Amino acid sequence: MHMHFEVEGGNFSRAGYASSEIKKVLKKLNVNAQTIKRIVVSSYEAEVNIVAHARKGKISATIDNDKIVLQCNDEGPGIPDIEKAMQQGFSTASSEVREMGFGAGMGLPNIKNNADKLEINSEVGKGTNVKITIALSSETN
Amino acid sequence: MKSNGFHHALTFCKETCVGCSHCMKVCPTQAIRVHNGKAELMPNRCIDCGECYRVCPVDAIKVEQDDFDFIFNYKYRVALVPGVLLGQLSEEINPRQIYSVLMELGFTHVCEAETGAEILKHAMENYVSKNPDIRPLISAFCPAIVRLIQVKFPSLVNHIIPMKPPLDIAGLYYQELLKKQGVNEDEIGLFYITPCAAKIAAIKSPVGEVKSVINGVINMDFAFNKVLTTIKQSKSPSCFVPSDSYLSPQAILWSLTTGESSNMPGRSLAIDGINNVIEFLEELENEEVSNIDFLELRSCDESCAGGILTSTNRFFTAERLRNRAKSANRKPDKTEVGMEIRDFNDYLVDHLKIEKIEPRSMLKLDENIKGALEKMKKVNELMEILPYVDCGICGSPTCQSLAEDIVREEAEVSRCIFIQRILEQKGTFTQQESIDVMKEIWGEKKLDKDLK
Ligand code: SF4
Ligand code: SF4
Ligand code: SF4
Repeated sequence: MHMHFEVEGGNFSRAGYASSEIKKVLKKLNVNAQTIKRIVVSSYEAEVNIVAHARKGKISATIDNDKIVLQCNDEGPGIPDIEKAMQQGFSTASSEVREMGFGAGMGLPNIKNNADKLEINSEVGKGTNVKITIALSSETN
Repeated sequence: MKSNGFHHALTFCKETCVGCSHCMKVCPTQAIRVHNGKAELMPNRCIDCGECYRVCPVDAIKVEQDDFDFIFNYKYRVALVPGVLLGQLSEEINPRQIYSVLMELGFTHVCEAETGAEILKHAMENYVSKNPDIRPLISAFCPAIVRLIQVKFPSLVNHIIPMKPPLDIAGLYYQELLKKQGVNEDEIGLFYITPCAAKIAAIKSPVGEVKSVINGVINMDFAFNKVLTTIKQSKSPSCFVPSDSYLSPQAILWSLTTGESSNMPGRSLAIDGINNVIEFLEELENEEVSNIDFLELRSCDESCAGGILTSTNRFFTAERLRNRAKSANRKPDKTEVGMEIRDFNDYLVDHLKIEKIEPRSMLKLDENIKGALEKMKKVNELMEILPYVDCGICGSPTCQSLAEDIVREEAEVSRCIFIQRILEQKGTFTQQESIDVMKEIWGEKKLDKDLK
């Protein structure tokens, strides 16, 4: 099962669309509620990161029997120091973005807390690729 | 369509139903299908919100009610009266007049259903401060909302505060009060005058409890008509008229929108109207909502003032209750009726918890992910050919729901009128076949008309 979304930079009114669609599918697949929550948090953070920092980007979700893989690729400024970006509280968001309640530096650390596996590749001036893997299990009740 | 133990207070009367599908189109959980010209309910999806009841043009949807004489099975018969009953009647009618009519009908005691709201308020405050990790916490007041969360937002069930509504607390209180006076528990019947079907369902099959303390229900429209007829015909009651009771302004306002949220510490929000609630819960589930401590969610517009069994304009009802709350804004006299509930405080606090609320997801296509993925693939393939018109002529509320019904083997793709035309063009479907399919959905009658 494969889903694909285009994400537009700077359009906060649509931020969350991809995560919402992914969530709908996961509910129909009877994925455990807590797992859905972790996936939705991760994809929402990744989506907001693209909206806040990049010109545009893509999110794709591939679901198979035991895992979901989210690929989030953007054309944006890139992350010069990934290790630093992974620290809680660090943010490169502009003050405008912060005022809207985004970019509090929670993005990547929050994804890391929720993902089973997180891989980040970034090239300054070009863009960032984030790959998030989360294992799936069925609702037990 | 198998039931999984949900009790529903709404029933669809096949004789009366004209198969207009209005109910199917407004159902917020897509729990209705049309088959053989009649609306049918998918019991595991219905949350008893009653949106269908509001729109049925021929009153084919009935709200179950206990036979009134059932109250006489008990020696002591307590009417638990919610504020919205009083709020529906003109301010010239004194609550005591209303109580006296109820006693004339056969009740031996009258207790306001919101008695005990204070006790609940303190318990909820406590729960909110003791559970800082779960935010926002959601009130369990409206049973339609509790069921909505169970079936459609299962990941949020642990946000619900596991506590009984004021009604049950009032019931427990009255039971204890009578027991203290030497009455046997099995002689006491507690009857709630309900503004909605959801409360009936919650009493008949409570969530998080084995059995409700409430013994039966009287529908509010019935009580309203009785009270008004008696008063209009100015029959003075021959029975004992109970004295006025004291209710705090908070208790009076509890069942209205902001009735709970305005009492809770921290940041809280009140949302009424089932579709507004669904929209908000979607966002909450997406983690787009933060820094809210408490949520008051109510299925009806203007909360219980807009319950499906109310009879007068919900805005006037709310206004009257607000006026009543204003005039109740005084320090109660310790001897007033309603004050003795404080003596039972500890007992009630001990008994207001309910068990964990379980998710009962209705959305899953299959129990296991592998099976569900295969089914979803089929749904997506069907969506490629279905027209996205959502006309409902197939008997399912949307193209997507038809596709899911097909995959669940409860419908065939030929139910779609667009598919029928396509198949006819290809010569694989005859006109007679498409008429047969339409008859199967909409009944013989709709297709058996004599056109001149
Ligand atoms: S009560 Fe609500 S959920 Fe149930 S069938 Fe009617 S509209 Fe649908
Ligand atoms: S609204 Fe529903 S129950 Fe009422 S007549 Fe129409 S199809 Fe039948
Ligand atoms: S808001 Fe009140 S009347 Fe409406 S469904 Fe909920 S409890 Fe019943």
